[in-house]
Amino acid sequence: MSKRKVKDAHLPVGECITQLQKILRERLCNQQLPEKPEGVGAQHKHLLELLRRTAVHGESNSVLIVGPRGAGKTMLLKSVLRELLEEKEVQKNLLQVQLNGLLQTDDRIALKEITRQLHLENVVGDKVFGSFAENLAFLLEALKKGDRSSSRPVLFVLDEFDLFAHHKNQTLLYNLFDVSQSAQAPIAVVGLTCRLDVLELLEKRYIERVQTQLSLPQDFPDEKFAKDWNESVKALCEDKSVEEVLLRHFNCSRDFRSLHMFLMLCLSRVTVAKPVVKAADVLEAGRLCFADAKADMLHGLSILELCLIIAMKHLNDVYEGEPFNLQMVHNEFKKFLQRKSNSMYNFEQPVVLKAFEHLQQLELIRPVDGSSAKTQREYQLMRLMLDNSQIMEALQKYPQCPTDVKQWAMSAFG
Amino acid sequence: MGDESGQQKKALVRWFIRASEVPLSKRKLLGRDPHPQEIFYYKGRSCDDEVDAESIIRPVQVLHLDAAAPFPESCDEDTLFVKMSWDSKTFKAVTSDQVDSGSADSAPSHLKPSLPPSPPCSPPAAAPATQGPSCRVLPTPDPAVMRKASCRETWSSRSAMSAGKAGRMEAESLHSASKLSASKCLSAKWTTAARTPGIRKKLNMSSPQKLSVDQDVLDRLLNEELESEGTLAQRLSASPPRAPPPHAPPSRLTPLKTAHSAAIALKPLSVIVNRRTSSDVDSPPSPTRPSTPSRTRPVQTLQEKEPLLSDLPELDGENSPSLPSGAGPRTSKRMSARLVSSRIRKQLNLLENHLDSDSDRDDQDQFVPLRTELQSSSEEDSGDEEDEEAGPPKRRRRGQGGGGPRTPRSRGQTVARTPRKTPNRKATPSTPRTPHRATPSIPCRSLPARRPANILEEARIRLHVSAVPESLPCREAEFQDIYNFVESKIIDGTGGCMYISGVPGTGKTATVHEVMRCLQHAADVDEIPPFTFVEINGMKMTDPHQSYVQILQKLTGQKATPDHAAALLDKKFSSPTPRRETTVLLVDELDLLWTRKQNVMYNLFDWPTRRQARLVVLTIANTMDLPERIMINRVASRLGLTRMSFQPYTFKQLQQIITSRLDKLKALDQDALQLVSRKVAALSGDARRCLDICRRATEICEHAAADPSAPGLVGMSHVMEALNEMFSSAYTTAIRSASVQEQLFLRAVIAEFRRLGLEEATFQQVFVQHQALCRVEGLQPVSVSEGLSVCQRLGACRLLLLEPSRLGILQRVRLNVSQDDVLYALKAD
Repeated sequence: MSKRKVKDAHLPVGECITQLQKILRERLCNQQLPEKPEGVGAQHKHLLELLRRTAVHGESNSVLIVGPRGAGKTMLLKSVLRELLEEKEVQKNLLQVQLNGLLQTDDRIALKEITRQLHLENVVGDKVFGSFAENLAFLLEALKKGDRSSSRPVLFVLDEFDLFAHHKNQTLLYNLFDVSQSAQAPIAVVGLTCRLDVLELLEKRYIERVQTQLSLPQDFPDEKFAKDWNESVKALCEDKSVEEVLLRHFNCSRDFRSLHMFLMLCLSRVTVAKPVVKAADVLEAGRLCFADAKADMLHGLSILELCLIIAMKHLNDVYEGEPFNLQMVHNEFKKFLQRKSNSMYNFEQPVVLKAFEHLQQLELIRPVDGSSAKTQREYQLMRLMLDNSQIMEALQKYPQCPTDVKQWAMSAFG
Repeated sequence: MGDESGQQKKALVRWFIRASEVPLSKRKLLGRDPHPQEIFYYKGRSCDDEVDAESIIRPVQVLHLDAAAPFPESCDEDTLFVKMSWDSKTFKAVTSDQVDSGSADSAPSHLKPSLPPSPPCSPPAAAPATQGPSCRVLPTPDPAVMRKASCRETWSSRSAMSAGKAGRMEAESLHSASKLSASKCLSAKWTTAARTPGIRKKLNMSSPQKLSVDQDVLDRLLNEELESEGTLAQRLSASPPRAPPPHAPPSRLTPLKTAHSAAIALKPLSVIVNRRTSSDVDSPPSPTRPSTPSRTRPVQTLQEKEPLLSDLPELDGENSPSLPSGAGPRTSKRMSARLVSSRIRKQLNLLENHLDSDSDRDDQDQFVPLRTELQSSSEEDSGDEEDEEAGPPKRRRRGQGGGGPRTPRSRGQTVARTPRKTPNRKATPSTPRTPHRATPSIPCRSLPARRPANILEEARIRLHVSAVPESLPCREAEFQDIYNFVESKIIDGTGGCMYISGVPGTGKTATVHEVMRCLQHAADVDEIPPFTFVEINGMKMTDPHQSYVQILQKLTGQKATPDHAAALLDKKFSSPTPRRETTVLLVDELDLLWTRKQNVMYNLFDWPTRRQARLVVLTIANTMDLPERIMINRVASRLGLTRMSFQPYTFKQLQQIITSRLDKLKALDQDALQLVSRKVAALSGDARRCLDICRRATEICEHAAADPSAPGLVGMSHVMEALNEMFSSAYTTAIRSASVQEQLFLRAVIAEFRRLGLEEATFQQVFVQHQALCRVEGLQPVSVSEGLSVCQRLGACRLLLLEPSRLGILQRVRLNVSQDDVLYALKAD
């Protein structure tokens, strides 16, 4: 099927694919806003109304947009602002101040940033800004001057709103909300945070959205190619196994960014030789996404280190999660060697210690909080950072694992 | 004289108020219907006594009548009658000498200035002169201002005053010194006014190239304005038409000229408008000018020289004796101001050359002899005026720096900058006047705010927390207590502390402010001795010690470091000074002034106990037991036992508050109103919350209405929806919209808690449960990393409380919501 397409294409297929990847990557990397926000229509309308009233009527407002990461909070705000700024009346009036809790880590920096963005620093000329207190008084005075109908409305966007709440005394927030509640310059405070609440409901459109995200726009140069591509995507979406993978992903998280990540993986597998996304690609990408990092790490361990891990697992089972030290682990390992092993032989104590330290560096084990560095390394108490299921999974895949080690791991007691 | 400051002249005025400018609610205090030509002597203090001379429109007669006397059957529309005085609270009978000679000023004749854009009324030049002392000019208020004044009646009395002020101007005499206050307040009003303000037109006209065109435009504009104002036009038609000057018909439109000619007629006793201003406005010469040319000859040479002077950089210094060395070290702003003024002068110079008539020259020269007369006739005033003159030029200059250099095209911005120069600012002594200090302000909107279009929008504005209600219902007792406390301290000249507590939104700060307004008013009418009011807010400063700085700055205008300020204040309050005014200090958010040594609080409460301090401290905080909880004994004992606590509003009070705010506006259904107030009263009694819910309900109603132009009443359903939005648990929504695995994880957490009998478990323990649940639900069990990411997402939403994630599977997990809530949310799914 793909070969036939190559023959019919007006453009060289490589070019088509480059262009296709470019378009889709742009779409996936959030570089452009969607035409119309989906699934958040009510919120969109509400926010638009609210901000419009501030801009047009000079009514002070404050709003908090809450939702989990990747739910589209920023996208919502951006699309609302885009729509709002298309109105001439708003465009001429509205002043914007963008703050981010990760950048403006305290009120002093935030105040300076506000002053800068409002272009108020021109008022003081080249005079270097004074103390924090002066700064605050300066800004408050500026805001107090205005009144509802004459001053230009100011839109404060506070990204990572929760971080602002951690500032000392919450001076900035108090003053902003105080201004918005009194007859001063009209301001709208929009806070964006992932804490506490989810407003957006994104559930069922999710799988449908996969299709819209991957389909091509109409103005793609090669129509034939575009048509085939879109058809193949549609076919892909009907595939049972693909749906399963997507559903599983969806069950896990409703985050857009992770979905975009996932689709990027699929997209990057498209080449000249293989110009459509196949079900296998999606499955492979799914496997990459869902892979357990720590279990993968176990594959790279030496057989001695793996044995130590198994010994620790047994200790955990016996003592119900109490911490252990090197001596205990070594003893357990020696017991195994004496009883069952025929493929393994004993290691020297320094070798075991080295392996143990390597495990600690990999953070597969970590010292118990209270234990000080004064105790000898052999007796330092440790905890295992792995779950039993991870160990078992790693053992299944470990290349050329001795059978007796496997059996030892599976047996109930050491 | 007028040139010393460039182009502005001021007029000392006394304010009268029309019956229509008295707030509706107060009008009934009069007890009768006001006569159509009746005005009231205005005794409120918040009006600036000086106005821009340009704003004078024409003279009228003001006759004093006894309170009992009937209104004469006067047919002259330029005659107004004064019977009563109005002090923004009550009407009082007024005596004739009060009206005629004023209290302190003895200037015998009065001109009432009014505002541009003035109607083309030219007063009969001779008539006022014969009237002598009782000659006035009718204030013909800008229609826009009038509209504004009337639509803002819900505002506080103070703002109502300032809004209506524009209509109440009355000149006592005109002095040719720079004054902007009136035009400032006007332009503040005008930013919202739909019409083109006259000032802007004038600016426009000062550029000679555009002269002819712009005058025509102005002419047309003013005429349109005129026609739209029926009453105004009526009045105007009564005034005799003035012969148009030969070469420039629009001249009759310029308000200044009319004032000018009126002033000439009055010459011996008052008043003249500066030539500079007149030429600014480009008003061509008036034909009614025969009286003075001979006297003015000697000064003519001086006049001729002036344009040359204007090019020199030292112009300001030479021309304004009140600012002897000010020009040199000032900032660039002054520089630009000078540039501007010199440019204006150049243009004027050009202009004068264009206009070739002799009468023009007469016009220019007239002011000089008059000036001398003026000085001799108003010597009593001179002390006052000098004080005033020392202040204004600075302000004017700044304003000019902002607005001056712009071309006529950027007029919108010129005006946009002006509102910060409202006269109110002058009244507050707190504004620092250090020379380098610039006043910041938010730029003004280039397009006016839209007016509310329907009932719901109007209601929304009134329900907004920022709308200042005219009176505070339901807090009468508290108001009286605080009022009595402060008043007695002020009258006795002693000091004291008061602690006011109450949960947020119960009207503490609003009540204290209301008390202060009333006391300020009482002080204005000399019922109680004058006092100073200083307000600080713990939240509005960065450090408790900054309170010293702020208090000092607001009291004296000085700037100092906190330590120095504390020392200065300590000295100020402990040293005996005769005739010290009582200071009332309001400390909001007291709990934030807490320091480890509590020295800030200690000082604040210790100063009132000093004999000479005359300091009354009102403190506001939320908790009732703050003095016991956080203050050490010596601080708490100084605070004293005068406590007051504001109880949360009951539902009836909330209902009353909303009703009084809406003020007969039919926007809210009665049942809906009751529902809101009951619901809020049951939870917190927070009036802010209550208002917010009502506001939100109006929004919902507007959206729900099928026809957006005629939305119905806000009903129960809308209010219910708003309440649900406000009070619904955010967590429940969050859990319901979480992904499947996240919901499973929450269930696993609860299962593990039940198994352990503890409210805490490690991730590893929960994860075992989670995998089991996955199998039960027929889902593929998730891997550990996936489980961890699910857990982290829940932690980011704060549904779970987590230890730092570096602990991996050993991190402990806790629920941030009650188990019941989680189960409820999951079950309903």
